[in-house]
Amino acid sequence: MSNLLNSYFVKTHKLEISITIIAIVLFLIYFLGAPHVFTRFPIYRAFMQSMPFFGIIAISATFVVTLGEIDLSFPSIVGITSLIFGIIMTSTDGNFFIAFILATSLGMFAGLVNGLLVTKIGIPSIVATIGTLFFWRGLVNVISQGSGIAIVDVADGTWHHMIFVEKLFGKIPMQFIWFIVLTGLMQWVYRYHKFGNHIHFVGDNKASAQMMGINVDNVKIIAFVQLGFFSALAGIFTMYEMLYFWPTQGEGLMLTTLAAVFVGGTSVFGGKGTIFGTFIGVLIIGSLESGIVALGLSGFYVKFINGLMITVAVTVYALIQRRKN
Amino acid sequence: MAEELLKLQNIYKNFGNVKVLKDVNIKINKGEVVALIGDNGAGKSTLIKVITGVHSPNSGKVFFKEKEVQIKSVAQSRKMGIEAVYQERALCDQQELFRNIFAGREITNSFGFLDIKKQRKEAEKILRDYIGFTSKAITVDSPVMGLSGGEKQGVAFGRSLYFNSDLIVLDEPTMGLSIQETEKVLNFVKGLKNENKSAIFIDHNIIHVYGAADRFIILDRGEVVGEFNKEDISREELVKKMIQLHESGKIKVED
Repeated sequence: MSNLLNSYFVKTHKLEISITIIAIVLFLIYFLGAPHVFTRFPIYRAFMQSMPFFGIIAISATFVVTLGEIDLSFPSIVGITSLIFGIIMTSTDGNFFIAFILATSLGMFAGLVNGLLVTKIGIPSIVATIGTLFFWRGLVNVISQGSGIAIVDVADGTWHHMIFVEKLFGKIPMQFIWFIVLTGLMQWVYRYHKFGNHIHFVGDNKASAQMMGINVDNVKIIAFVQLGFFSALAGIFTMYEMLYFWPTQGEGLMLTTLAAVFVGGTSVFGGKGTIFGTFIGVLIIGSLESGIVALGLSGFYVKFINGLMITVAVTVYALIQRRKN
Repeated sequence: MAEELLKLQNIYKNFGNVKVLKDVNIKINKGEVVALIGDNGAGKSTLIKVITGVHSPNSGKVFFKEKEVQIKSVAQSRKMGIEAVYQERALCDQQELFRNIFAGREITNSFGFLDIKKQRKEAEKILRDYIGFTSKAITVDSPVMGLSGGEKQGVAFGRSLYFNSDLIVLDEPTMGLSIQETEKVLNFVKGLKNENKSAIFIDHNIIHVYGAADRFIILDRGEVVGEFNKEDISREELVKKMIQLHESGKIKVED
């Protein structure tokens, strides 16, 4: 009986199992290659500190990718919402609630714009979100005039700073706890909520989903809106960690975030994906840079190995998929 | 006098400048099977999608059970008791059977989370009781893509029976099926009448249509160009009329 269960589990979780094995092998290489680094706690604390910033967005972006869509604008949504968060925090003498609500609302509004462009106007998401990528970043530059905002005085030492980024038991960064909790919650929504169910059906076959009575446009719009929300949230986490806003905030997130989703095994064709896979993808992509340097390779290898990982992973998934068909 | 179930009055539907349906009037009674026939592009699929709420007509009235209704969505037409089994089969290949059966009308709690247990149990019942799947290889957890064309059609039928609808709309139900599977489908359509349910179906194959339907409505370029009861026309005559229509673009009604 347990044998049967095992084989059924294996059959239905091929992607999750492959990605977990890849991650274990990778961490074994780190461990054997640089034991002086990987047998000590600080490297893991550094991972737990840095991974959630793009990890939260990657989890959320998995919904959009499962739809067969893409969002390239989130780095700029992080930028504009962080800017607004910084401005409100400093101008209200640290009113967290107003700053949080306005920043996340703006994030959702930016997501709504993406969703409407894709569904109601009919622009392919890759094109529409290139437009909004430039638009929101441009607006950041115009408003900030290129200068940063320090929130040290209004944020450092507050209760909100504590629950966002301080260390639990002096060891575990709070943002990592949040990241785990959000991953669990989003996994639940992805598999067991009506919305997650509809995401799968729309991504699988739009026409069929519509004939089954699923409101395709609404599902897509909500997917973009939640990504806007979580981009804003990731921006706020970053703000608390750095206590500073800088106008390029969010730039550089795009490739690591999307790489985590694809390495995690979510199909670019839509209809199939895994939140757990994205989580492991975040662990892989987020550890590569430090891992490679710790192994004694120069920083020049980082992009090269990153590229290799992504290419190999998506090739393996494409082959698994082809065998199935 | 038969009881009226669905009536369409002066239905027009345009897609941009293309007039797909022009002044369509049809009526379907309870317990009646009506076949829509016509060439590709005659407007059959569009007409069906107006009935199931996928498209809204530009003008015209729809009556269901003698009350005027406006069918604005698939969910609404289902609630009224209209169930569709589409040509494209309306199943999503990569998703499990139990999710497909309840797609768009999931069994959820008040927070919108799925009752997976109940969905699987009900899906199991549908597979066993309504479809008669006995194969051990197919379970409620199988993705649809492993199923044969006939099995997929079976799932779609099972779904429509389970939700106990009054009118079942079938879009090319026998397309791509083996002879045996076709037989099953036609038996299913005939079986509907015994339960006083109605059906509209589209099929290119007049031989199938003739056996299963009570009445034939011929569409051509968006218009109803002929309507015949089965007792008034033989299969050969019907075929002849269709060929005539195809060649001359007209039906001679006085024949």
